[in-house]
Amino acid sequence: MNPTAAESSQATGRHGMWLFLFTEIMMFGGLFLLYATYRVRFAQEFDTSAQQLSLWLGAANAFILLTGSCCTTLALTALQRGSRRLAVALLIVTVVMGGLFLFNHYVEWSDQIRHGLYPNSPRLDQMAHGEILFFGLYFVTLGLHGLHVLIGSIVLAVIAVLVKRGSISPQDPVKLENAALFWHLVDVIWIFIFPLYYLMH
Amino acid sequence: MSSQPSPHPFYRNTLFTYVALLLLAGWSVLLTLLHLGRVNLWAPLAIAVVQAALVVLFFMHMSQESRLWKMLFLTVLAILALFIGLTFVDVLYR
Repeated sequence: MNPTAAESSQATGRHGMWLFLFTEIMMFGGLFLLYATYRVRFAQEFDTSAQQLSLWLGAANAFILLTGSCCTTLALTALQRGSRRLAVALLIVTVVMGGLFLFNHYVEWSDQIRHGLYPNSPRLDQMAHGEILFFGLYFVTLGLHGLHVLIGSIVLAVIAVLVKRGSISPQDPVKLENAALFWHLVDVIWIFIFPLYYLMH
Repeated sequence: MSSQPSPHPFYRNTLFTYVALLLLAGWSVLLTLLHLGRVNLWAPLAIAVVQAALVVLFFMHMSQESRLWKMLFLTVLAILALFIGLTFVDVLYR
């Protein structure tokens, strides 16, 4: 079956988003590259540093992002099946998940800052080289990722408004599809951050 | 071959994927809590790869995209793997 003009243009919009996601993969890939290199060189120190992070906060964040991803996908399905109110509700749940994720980071990081653990802190400077690298990468990677969660949440909130208004419809779902793709990528990145920083020890 | 998502979407598939993802996440946490030594260094990462594949295929609907886009995605991953691999060829022998 040949695609209609509308289907082709929608596919193009979606594919453009994928191209952008490829660049995001490369960007976070660079940070994972640094992690891999220094983990091999400072295996013991990365191990002991990882043990200092809260496994349960990390796991909670994994649960939060996976739930958000599920809700976003369900929202797209709801839209395609004509259930506009359900789609909006699911998107709102996703935005709330994003907020919870950022709140968890606030809890985690304020605790660490209180213990003198933050970029360029005097306490960090006195730690072993491998530990400084671990925490440096930890703050940069999770910080950059957290920024993406914030952006994704804001975008999805806007998308929820557009769905409610009808600007995003089953005939033209591209904006929702693309916002969903962004959120899913953010989820995939945490799927790797979680084991690398919280579980591998 | 049409490159647009299925015209008859179901909630069920998404929910099955979600449950699978939660179970996998739980499994990797469990492995960490059990302190299994060397297993804890590669198993969570292997589970993460499976989780990522599920998200890409079923949440991001890559399973419904054309072969071209599946190949493009795998190419990007291959380039990243090459990136990391060649760095190790350097770093491991210093």
